[in-house]
Amino acid sequence: MKLNRRVSAFAALTLIAGLGLTACGDDGDSDDKGGGGGGDLSITFLPKNLGNPYFDTSDAGGKKAIEEFGGTYEEVGPDTGTPDAQVPFINTAAQQGVSALVVSANDKTAICDALNEASDAGVKIVTFDSDTDAECRDLYINQADAAGIAKVQVDMIAEQIGDEGEVAILSAAANATNQNEWIGLMEEDLAANHPNIKLVDTVYGDDDDQTSFDKTAALLQAHPDLKGIISPTTVGIAAAARYISTSDAKGKVMVTGLGTPNQMREFVEDGTVTAFALWNPGDLGYLAAYAAKALVDGDITGKEGDTFEAGDLGSYTVGPDATVLLGEPFVFNADNIGDFDF
Amino acid sequence: MTAPVQTEPDTVTRTYASYSRPVWQRILLTRELAIIALLAAVYLYSTGNIDNFDNPLTLYYLFLDTAPILLIALPMTLIIITGEIDLSVASVVGLSSVLVGILHQDAGLSIPVAALVAIAIGAVAGAFNGFLVAYVGLPSLAVTIGTLALYRGIAVGLLGTTAVTDFPEKWTDLAKDRLGSDTSSYPVILVPFAVLLVLFALLLHFSPFGRGIVEIGLNDEAAHFTGVNVARTKLTLFVLAGAVSAFAGVYYTLRYGSARGDNASGLELQVIAAVLLGGVSIFGGRGALHGVVAGVLLIGVISSAMRLDGQTVNVINIVIGVLLVLSVMSTSLLAWVSSLRSARTGARGPSAPPPAPTPNHPSSTFSSTTERQHP
Repeated sequence: MKLNRRVSAFAALTLIAGLGLTACGDDGDSDDKGGGGGGDLSITFLPKNLGNPYFDTSDAGGKKAIEEFGGTYEEVGPDTGTPDAQVPFINTAAQQGVSALVVSANDKTAICDALNEASDAGVKIVTFDSDTDAECRDLYINQADAAGIAKVQVDMIAEQIGDEGEVAILSAAANATNQNEWIGLMEEDLAANHPNIKLVDTVYGDDDDQTSFDKTAALLQAHPDLKGIISPTTVGIAAAARYISTSDAKGKVMVTGLGTPNQMREFVEDGTVTAFALWNPGDLGYLAAYAAKALVDGDITGKEGDTFEAGDLGSYTVGPDATVLLGEPFVFNADNIGDFDF
Repeated sequence: MTAPVQTEPDTVTRTYASYSRPVWQRILLTRELAIIALLAAVYLYSTGNIDNFDNPLTLYYLFLDTAPILLIALPMTLIIITGEIDLSVASVVGLSSVLVGILHQDAGLSIPVAALVAIAIGAVAGAFNGFLVAYVGLPSLAVTIGTLALYRGIAVGLLGTTAVTDFPEKWTDLAKDRLGSDTSSYPVILVPFAVLLVLFALLLHFSPFGRGIVEIGLNDEAAHFTGVNVARTKLTLFVLAGAVSAFAGVYYTLRYGSARGDNASGLELQVIAAVLLGGVSIFGGRGALHGVVAGVLLIGVISSAMRLDGQTVNVINIVIGVLLVLSVMSTSLLAWVSSLRSARTGARGPSAPPPAPTPNHPSSTFSSTTERQHP
């Protein structure tokens, strides 16, 4: 017993002494910079958090692209989407000396310093889905612009109701900036290109499921001739579809807008909804990976007017503020909804 | 038959050694030293086997990232040793972060003034916890679960979903500055931490107040009767926890340059995990600060080594979780082993009193000197 204790005590002592010595040793050769990665193309994806189906889809798109052009794909990320949680992962990527980091920011400022340090260490920074302050990244891959989002929704409802009749909009909060911008653009588009469609009402469901559900019921009562509802918010479209799917209006009032496949699947399958739009996160990740490669290869620098090839998606041009637009929103319908899980 | 047994101890002069074990054993064979040894082992292993781990940046980032945990772990250790807990610390960090942002942006206060106000409000938040626990007599678990939500709610309510990001570069740079050269591994935040560490170590290990803390954890009624002001001690500790958490909030805000209501959410569990890993008993009455510091650093070193090795956060969490469970189990396991050992070697032990008073349970006499058990 005594001997065992002595041995373990000795081992402990040795280890402690070792810690002190190595700590000193570290300071000695501290000039040795990280970045030993070198040579081949390694791209790390850093989503807002792991275990999120949306980012699983986008990162799978990135992986596909990286496999196409022959690089090393890695996905790291925190388990929660708190503002600072991504910082250690950015630091790690900088130390590993990866070629590029593709990140969806939880906070547009909190990760800035870490990104700048990574950039100083030679890592190319691409943001996608959620941007940081413009000076903290080389390129931002924007999933959709307001004009495209407005247009696709007007086109969908026009097609579904035969380009004539009464429609209403079920929005989120009355002061939601992006919603109001889209609604303004939709009103212009309807007035200019669809004279037979009459926008009779715009109601606000506050991105609350129950409120949106109740507002849908109220819309149908107030406007018996209503033929379509556009809901440019994922909460609203699901609530509206749920109300319509159980009411007499099913089949008479069309619902469309912006939604996610998992939310809308049952309503597409039961015929309440024929089509709705969003962007394709898989394409978003795919494009981000190609953009990262173009930056690393030096084909582009993030200057407006730079162009690069993005595999199956074709050619892209860098817009103002070092932003690349993915393109038109993606329309989901009964034929393709089975391909998506997010 | 009973009379002689009772009088026997009076007639036979018993001699007790001052301690059951020699001093080197009491210093080296502790849970604290075990954690320090494990930290050293993991550190050495990682330096030799993980690419880029020996880079000075690793330690620099490690200290930057763990600084809030290191800071809050100090008062948390003292609170847990009294047998209480404070779950609201991360919410105080968030509240303090928001206050610094608002006071600087909207009220135009300079950063040091805003920081002092935030720390004062943090102390008030801690005092509210402490008052409810110490003077109203409510269980700290329930009180601080309530204030965890309350303070976080106030923080998010004050700033909504927006963030204050407009801080002077002088101060945000200071939060990330290094001691000495530009390639040094040691950020300046270690200076206030070292000062606080010394103060808290003096308070806990070298002062009557500190003996009171341990006594409260072992038995607060007995502590009361030996002259410890139980309520005032607890109140003081909660105030300290609030103030230090608020200071951590100021650091957090400047380090990330972003004041948000949801800053540092979930940090309280990381702090408590590190404190328990560092050998503090969740039942109170036992613990030391050097173990806690090692516990925080151990979690930090494991995380950064595994991140550099390309492990995902889930694997890292599993490893740390298992380590924590093992560490908590080890206390009971060690006590059990030592009681078995005492049972076997009992009578031959040099410091054993001549006749074992209750031969059926010899362990109770011996184990109580090595490992303080407590219901």
